[in-house]
Amino acid sequence: MGNLNLILPEIFISLSIMFLLIFGVFKKDCSKLIFNLSLFILLIATIITFNETFSISRITMFNESVIIDYMSSFMKIITLIGGFLVLIISTSYLKTFKLLNIEYPILILSSILGMMIMISSNDLIVFYMGLELQSLGLYVLATYNRDQLKSSEAGLKYFVLSALSSGLLLYGCSLIYGFSGSTNFNVIANQLNSNEYALTFGIVFILVGLAFKISAVPFHMWAPDVYEGSPTTVTLFFTMVPKIAALTVFIRFLYVPFLNLLDQWQMIIIFLSIASMLFGAIAAIGQTNLKRLIAYSSIGHIGYTLAGLATASNEGIQSSIIYISIYIVMNLALFSCLLMLRRKDQYFEDIDDLSGLSRNHPLLSLCLLVILFSLAGIPPLAGFFAKFYIFKSVLEQSMFFLAIVGLLSTVVAAFYYLRIIKIIYFDKEKEKYDNDHSLSLKLSLTVSTILILLYFIFPSQLIEVVSRISII
Amino acid sequence: MIEIGLGHYLTLGAIIFTIGIVGIFLNRKNIIVVLMSIELILLAVNINLVSFSIYLNDIAGQVFTLFILTVAAAEAAIGLAIIVVYYRNAGTIRVEEIDKLKG
Repeated sequence: MGNLNLILPEIFISLSIMFLLIFGVFKKDCSKLIFNLSLFILLIATIITFNETFSISRITMFNESVIIDYMSSFMKIITLIGGFLVLIISTSYLKTFKLLNIEYPILILSSILGMMIMISSNDLIVFYMGLELQSLGLYVLATYNRDQLKSSEAGLKYFVLSALSSGLLLYGCSLIYGFSGSTNFNVIANQLNSNEYALTFGIVFILVGLAFKISAVPFHMWAPDVYEGSPTTVTLFFTMVPKIAALTVFIRFLYVPFLNLLDQWQMIIIFLSIASMLFGAIAAIGQTNLKRLIAYSSIGHIGYTLAGLATASNEGIQSSIIYISIYIVMNLALFSCLLMLRRKDQYFEDIDDLSGLSRNHPLLSLCLLVILFSLAGIPPLAGFFAKFYIFKSVLEQSMFFLAIVGLLSTVVAAFYYLRIIKIIYFDKEKEKYDNDHSLSLKLSLTVSTILILLYFIFPSQLIEVVSRISII
Repeated sequence: MIEIGLGHYLTLGAIIFTIGIVGIFLNRKNIIVVLMSIELILLAVNINLVSFSIYLNDIAGQVFTLFILTVAAAEAAIGLAIIVVYYRNAGTIRVEEIDKLKG
């Protein structure tokens, strides 16, 4: 049975969800209260995770079906903080669209619960249950603005493609179960050998399903549509939080059950990585909608994280985890800017709306400049270091082709980031935007921009925490 | 009489799975058909799991099947709800007309 304290955060969040649901039904007009309560719950869950599990190197529970280790606690903490930040900056946006209902924070809480289960799963059944709990919440969130055609279409597309990918993943799981005789990751790792023909099929199906979830090329087709159609705060959630959980599961699958089949999957991961980096860089060039552009740029960034995974070394995994952490901070900053483009209860999300922004809003433009330079990977900003660690670990394994393609696509990607900066600073100015933003929005933009700017002074803290993670 | 063994069940599962996948990609008419195809895929997985479970003499596969059945029901409920919301906004559920978001 084990020590229940280790899964206290999950128990706490699930009890809170049930409490909030009942509370919301019986008390009228309490959406604001429930919003604040869920912020509080996420904060407490973060503290519990930090206290109970952060110093544990590796413990398995419930017949080895749940695992608590450095990676799971680190990723859980990032997930919880990410969810907290998304909730805290989405109030004013939701109020404008009259979407501030009790369901929004509860759905976010339940999908975060699913992600936490996914992150500590060590068994196919537990993994699948976590994945579905996450997806069911995300389907509804994508459709959240239900009176708008775009949002409901985004939800419909996300539902169909995500359900399809879950189906593929499950078929892979069934094959793996059949040919290894167990659903437990460690047992599978001992049973697998590369002679079985059907196992390769199983791995391919599982990798395709997971690639759908992190929107790696060629399974990315849902991402731009869903990112554009969903409400902006939901898009922010989509680009930040589910990626962490999916990346953790990716690492877990590749390096625990499938480690002996390295030859079979390494080429697949390298292909996914190269395709995502190139496609993310090239397809973003022609975009006019900022949310669509962010979707393509996130596909590119996922390519870099996969490059770290393809190395089959601990340094590679650590650099991927650092990359995704820094990417989340950059994304948060970019979306805070996007949420500030508001004029009389109307939000703007086209690149043209940014033209001449520097004349009216010098501070906001400066923040955007820093963020976009960081996304393009220009030193000494945080984005440069993220890419630097990835390339370093790729070169250590002498995978020169992957590194060269990565560098080339960085150059191509820099083009569209710099184009936005040119539009902000040198194009004709437009009408002024509103300046009365909520305190939390301003605070999150300031803090994340400062983090991006000053990362080069204190890089050792993050590296120190991440370097404890060792999977192989 | 031929003996029905594991191979036959797996082939049946593979055929149903393929019908499900092809149904999603070739279907140009109605979104409900997509929903049915997704159910078919999940059922194919269930056939696979149950036959493996009998063959391996291990109960975990059947437990997994029960979980998949419940999740499939929840998924179908949410899928239908999303389709209803979409129909209210667009007035149609024809697959070829779902193209407001493009790129």
